[in-house]
Amino acid sequence: MRDGRARRAAPALSRERESDVSAVRQAQPRGRKSFYRGGEGMLTWVLHRVSGVALFGFLFVHVLDTSLVVVSPGLYNGVIELYHAPIVKLMEMGLVGAVLYHGLNGLRITLVDFWSKGAARNKMMMRVQTVVFVVLLLGALIPMTAQLIDEIQRNGII
Amino acid sequence: MSIIAKPEGPARQGSVPRQRAPSNVEFYSWIFMRISGILLIGLVFTHIGIMHVLEGGVSRVNFAFVCGRWSGPFWQTWDWAQLFLATLHGANGMRIVMTDYIRSPQKRLAAKTLLSIAAGLMIILGTITILTFSPLDCAPPSA
Repeated sequence: MRDGRARRAAPALSRERESDVSAVRQAQPRGRKSFYRGGEGMLTWVLHRVSGVALFGFLFVHVLDTSLVVVSPGLYNGVIELYHAPIVKLMEMGLVGAVLYHGLNGLRITLVDFWSKGAARNKMMMRVQTVVFVVLLLGALIPMTAQLIDEIQRNGII
Repeated sequence: MSIIAKPEGPARQGSVPRQRAPSNVEFYSWIFMRISGILLIGLVFTHIGIMHVLEGGVSRVNFAFVCGRWSGPFWQTWDWAQLFLATLHGANGMRIVMTDYIRSPQKRLAAKTLLSIAAGLMIILGTITILTFSPLDCAPPSA
């Protein structure tokens, strides 16, 4: 309901007050639609979070499928067979990318937290992180693409 | 480690009375994420390298492959350490994400309850898997 009563009775959970919100809006530089300044620091934070949530979801499924090993060898082999499909290989490449990104970024964060020169060297570490990420990712994706081509040649694209 | 300091409660001469002792849970979970993260880099990067990159990748993984790896204590311990650390590290991360994005206290509690059940199931199921796996079952699979 957009009447005045509802607007005044803000939900108790929302800690925003009119004065705070308008103060922030006035402090905002012109021409910007969002409160957020963005930038590579925010991008790394968002990617770290997205990759982390995705990896947790993957881990849940992975623990389940590996537990089939003690249910029945045939069932385990059958499920692993499903993972040979080319579409799954593409998802595996995403998985390797997520693991590499999350780990390398986490390493940089840990260095910023625990190394006395970490905060000062952050920009340099971000550049090193990007280079290492690309190198390791290519190092993994090239053999995996060869595996993908091999699988398609053997069993077709299903 | 001079930057790290435990959070302290309000000063005794201050105006805010201490209602309960300050809790260090967040501090220790913060430390845990970094320590477990470093260990997981070693564990998981190697695991991914072996399973996906080397020697034909996942196409060579099957029951016989697992038999070979879990025939001795080294890889059993490695894989269990991965399970334990990754589940706790991931569940703690999910807890933080849920705290950030779920505003309603009831929904947040429900989500965190489901999360802790899922994490507990993962650790229990994974531990049972590694403990009950017997290399004696490694006859050629019948299927």
